Amino acid sequence: MKAVTAPSRREFLKTGALISGGLVIGFVIPGAKRFAVAQPRPGRPLVPNAFLRVGSDDTVTVLLAHSEMGQGIWTALPMLIAEELDADWSKIRVEHAEAAPVYAHTVFGMQMTGGSTSTWSEFDRYRQAGATARALLVQAAAQRFGVKPADCRTEKGVVIAGNQRARYGELVAAAAKLPPPKTVPLKDPKDWKIIGKPTKRLDTPEKITGRAQFGMDVRFPGLLTAVVARPPVFGGKVRSFDATAAKAIPGVRKVVRVPTGVAVVADHFWAAKLGRDALKIEWDLGPNAGLDSTALREQFRRLAGTPGTPAAEAGNVADALGKAAKTIEAEYAVPYLAHAPMEPENCTVRIGPGKCEIWTGTQFQTLDQRLAAQITGLKPEQVEVHTTFLGGGFGRRANPTSDFVSEAVQVAKAANAPVKTVWTREDDVHGGYYRPAYLHRARIGLGADGLPVAWRHTVVGQSILVGTPFEPFLVKNGIDATSVEGAFDAPYLKDIPNHRVDLHSPKTGIPVLWWRSVGHSHTAFVMESLIDELAQAAGKDPVEYRRALLKNHRRHLGVLNLAVEKAGWGRRPPQGRARGVAVHESFGSFAAQVAEVSVEDGRIRVHRVVCAIDCGIAVNPETIAAQMESGIAFGLSAALHSALHIKDGRVQESNYHDYRVLRMNEMPVVEVHIVPSTEKPGGIGEVGVPPIAPAVANAVAVLTGQRLRELPLTLPT
Amino acid sequence: MKLTINGAEHEVDAPPDMPLLWVLRDLLGLTGTKFGCGLAQCGACTVHVDGAPRRSCVTPVSAAAGKAITTIEGLSPDGRHPAQRAWAELDVVQCGYCQSGQIMSAAALLAAKPAPTDADIDAAMTGNICRCGTYQRIRAAVHRAATLAKGGVS
Repeated sequence: MKAVTAPSRREFLKTGALISGGLVIGFVIPGAKRFAVAQPRPGRPLVPNAFLRVGSDDTVTVLLAHSEMGQGIWTALPMLIAEELDADWSKIRVEHAEAAPVYAHTVFGMQMTGGSTSTWSEFDRYRQAGATARALLVQAAAQRFGVKPADCRTEKGVVIAGNQRARYGELVAAAAKLPPPKTVPLKDPKDWKIIGKPTKRLDTPEKITGRAQFGMDVRFPGLLTAVVARPPVFGGKVRSFDATAAKAIPGVRKVVRVPTGVAVVADHFWAAKLGRDALKIEWDLGPNAGLDSTALREQFRRLAGTPGTPAAEAGNVADALGKAAKTIEAEYAVPYLAHAPMEPENCTVRIGPGKCEIWTGTQFQTLDQRLAAQITGLKPEQVEVHTTFLGGGFGRRANPTSDFVSEAVQVAKAANAPVKTVWTREDDVHGGYYRPAYLHRARIGLGADGLPVAWRHTVVGQSILVGTPFEPFLVKNGIDATSVEGAFDAPYLKDIPNHRVDLHSPKTGIPVLWWRSVGHSHTAFVMESLIDELAQAAGKDPVEYRRALLKNHRRHLGVLNLAVEKAGWGRRPPQGRARGVAVHESFGSFAAQVAEVSVEDGRIRVHRVVCAIDCGIAVNPETIAAQMESGIAFGLSAALHSALHIKDGRVQESNYHDYRVLRMNEMPVVEVHIVPSTEKPGGIGEVGVPPIAPAVANAVAVLTGQRLRELPLTLPT
Repeated sequence: MKLTINGAEHEVDAPPDMPLLWVLRDLLGLTGTKFGCGLAQCGACTVHVDGAPRRSCVTPVSAAAGKAITTIEGLSPDGRHPAQRAWAELDVVQCGYCQSGQIMSAAALLAAKPAPTDADIDAAMTGNICRCGTYQRIRAAVHRAATLAKGGVS
């Protein structure tokens, strides 16, 4: 079998230590404030490293290198520190770290949150940080008690030796004078008290009282608010504008031109929005004024009929297809999707002498900092990025062009004032950076035993990575790994002697970006639907068929078997319902889902989803369950409702009434079962998304006899 | 214009058609009430006006003048409204942005129907979107809040 031509995300991550050196060079911030080991005076906190402070009041403040956007990292990373520190959990406080090189991702080399990597990429670093602090506190206690450090034990924020006890806060001053140990041993997993224990979120109190600070909530005296008029077509430009009416709106202070459009700057949002609506702008629509998503679909379909760049290739597919006992041919398609996080994009910027301050919910601090520096003419270390809570991210706030940050810097610069630039929901839905539309065509040959012997598969869709700083590392031999991940490296293909997965990456002028689960958001739908099509053609039960194909894939089988057992696969579903199954690996973890579905008045209704997840060591089972529920709901929005259409260059949908997402009355009962594991931790935030669309489609096929090959799933009327 | 918000009187200088949401957030600094859609499609901006849930993003401030406005900041003095306690018990929140609106909708439902059914919850809460998909826990938390409220403990 010929080796694949592009590294998968996992392979990238495995070799990331090597190549992230390149990223570090690219994004290094010379002279930025580094968190050297502090030399605190008595009364000052112990700052053993950049990741925590221990206060003389016993509080342990954990500094997060990653952004909290719902995924629960605000709790999981402190758990890692608290475990090794033997901290009193009630004394843990959490803050987002400032943007600084010390907080660079341990694999990607820049400060960022994405790819379902936060927990596993920090698993060692945050435990080490806690263990280092503990070692210092124990040493200080041993000196005070007149015993050896080995005679001390720690428990809930207290060092104990015989009858002697000292709270961490009492030891901070002495510990701060000690040199931190070069190496510290980590606990044996059998001694873990916090890791693996379902733990409630630490950000709940502020999020249920309205006190949590999102980017949208940043306020300070003199701060103005801007709303920007952007071109109605991607790539359009302002030809001329008349701001007379806008300036007449009470509260409007300034109207300024910025590279992305025209910004109306006002005392508050409402005035800025009315001002924006009152602008008269003549646009140069540019080259994309004829864009049409239906025509693009046709273009993709034509491309799918031609050979693309091979992403995986083995044997002789044409020959084997010719000899197959049976062949199946199918075309699948998925639309452009907006992330539509609940908090519309926003960013607050204050530019002062030698300094630019940014407050925003971002997944990409280092790139934001670098682009803000370019715009302001400052050095990156003169740009302070204050990360707030993110009102949802899903990839939208991890933009290599830092679009919402760099625009806000441009607005503050042009207005010569501190400004919060706020997007409306319509701005968000029209704003681009979508999950690309894809079209797949597959031709699969089955042998006499009903198992596949040849698999020909072509994927057509825009590259997310080309033109970004990630291109040199993640686009290899013309293959953007994010376009084909989950297909070209699917476990099924590994055991099929003749297979070929091709990719076409047409350019369209539509800005695209990663969207929760990235390539897996479409490849899992296609692969797991196809497997059910094959099972049906072979006259086999879809679970038995998968078991046969996955016999050499232990962790896939593990989640599949657990999910079907808990779902009662062999038993008859309730009247009027059918079950569908899907299993998919992504981000280093394995998920299987069984969906129980009915069709009522032509509408697909998902009643119950049983999910099995193997993410290696389960750091916080509470978060893992929550993220599976979340991924299923997010995936169901795309499976049942969401799609963007483009006509005459204009995105037709604009807000939640026509860009529909899942609501309360459609939420199924979700049961999550975690596979006990001692494997190293994998991802969680995105892993629940991929299997749900195919699980539902497979159930609909059983129920109605109709194979739906396009998302959102729509029954013919 | 005089507004009564969380029991306190405020004098605001705002055009009568300015949405209550922006008066709360930008003029009075009550940022717990969130902007999500501006079209009464997502419920993130839900407040109570004379006890009834209202989407403040489409409520002209003039329509709320002289009435009792309650925001998430004023739902309970100590953040221990039964809904808030249930939300904490069941670890409902994720990103948290929609949760002020969710809790305000739930509190209004519980006030009107102390023992809501699943159908009541669907009817009252379907206008509140959560992109993190916390719906299952919200449903459980509304039921739990009903139980907590019945217990009468604060």
